[in-house]
Amino acid sequence: MDFQSCVNIQKEWDIVGARQLGRDRAKSIGFGTVDQARIATAISELARNIYLYAGTGKICFETIDEMSQKGIRIIATDNGPGIRDISQVMEDGYSTSGGLGAGLPGVKRLMDQFDIVSNPGKGTEIKTIKWLR
Amino acid sequence: MTNEFKNIVVENSDTIVKKWLGEISKNRVNDYTAAISEELFQSTNREFVNVIFANLDKQGVAPELNDFTERLVNLGWPLSYLTDGLQSFRRVTIDFILSQSEKVDTSHFSKVLDTVDKWVDPIINQLVNEYSGSWEHIVSLQRVALQELSAPLIPVMDNITIMPLIGTIDTERAKLIMENLLDGVIKHNAEVVLIDITGVPVVDTMVAHHIIQAAEAVRLIGSTCILVGIRPEIAQTIVNLGIDLGKFPTKSSLRKGFQSALELTNRHIVDKSEANDDIEKILDSLK
Repeated sequence: MDFQSCVNIQKEWDIVGARQLGRDRAKSIGFGTVDQARIATAISELARNIYLYAGTGKICFETIDEMSQKGIRIIATDNGPGIRDISQVMEDGYSTSGGLGAGLPGVKRLMDQFDIVSNPGKGTEIKTIKWLR
Repeated sequence: MTNEFKNIVVENSDTIVKKWLGEISKNRVNDYTAAISEELFQSTNREFVNVIFANLDKQGVAPELNDFTERLVNLGWPLSYLTDGLQSFRRVTIDFILSQSEKVDTSHFSKVLDTVDKWVDPIINQLVNEYSGSWEHIVSLQRVALQELSAPLIPVMDNITIMPLIGTIDTERAKLIMENLLDGVIKHNAEVVLIDITGVPVVDTMVAHHIIQAAEAVRLIGSTCILVGIRPEIAQTIVNLGIDLGKFPTKSSLRKGFQSALELTNRHIVDKSEANDDIEKILDSLK
């Protein structure tokens, strides 16, 4: 059931493509408009991080359909420079690009589960889940 | 040698055309041209094959080909109709030439392939160029059109200007918004600018950041910026993201924003009929 669909992030407009696909997926799972907006925003943040800091990468979506609960899993992977200090980027207001610095902590608050694995020099993988309530 | 093959093809053009038409019609069952009427399909096929043979005759790109492709591009025929057609022409012709020749060894075979390729490939190249050229043209026109739409500024009243934003905001558009906003505020001498984001599908940190910067810049040149059209779900995501929009006023709808813009410029809306009633009352009391 949990087939995967991915969007490659190479140009700025790929962020829009990823967002659209994620929103459609969330809609078909049965999320309401508020959660759809949350999921689309989270995808937007993750995709923009890939575009800004790693250059290229991909965003994948999985439908989770278990006995007890349904949900959507978003996996963002890149082969970029990686993140040296994860606790620092998870702080509100920390940004290396002059942005608001609300991206990753914001995604964590928008979604229900959030895992980040990063190897400096190798890349970053972020897995995040939103459960359908 | 090449001429020999050409003669075989030209002399037997009827047989080849017949076979080719058969193939094309066979393909037709499960594809894109199903919506096109049988008559039009047949006449286009015949014209297409005539163009191919005209090209063959001239040993190069015939003017008929240009006319033909231009018309098909305008009518919106799929490119695959033409490429499929040429591929079946290649297959049919090679088959036919080989069936006509007595000796069939590898060098002869490769010669036939080579010759037919030289007929078909230039036509395919020409077609693909024509089609992609027209697509590129359309895309560039749409980009210009989109850019014109991307950051409009409407001076609705003295000192009040509205910028309605619809669709996705990327970095390029964000720059345009900032420029147009500041230019417009100076040009229209606006005291209050309303930025309407009803039509913006997602407000992430980047979009919020650009809006905050634009509002700050407007504040620097002495005007007030009101952010309107914040839908409930957008309000929730902004709170979740932890974005601080507290520095400038926000309203849920353009209407409310416009009302507070009027208040800021010391004006308010008066209902004319009520005003008349009042005057009549005053007149009545005077009697």
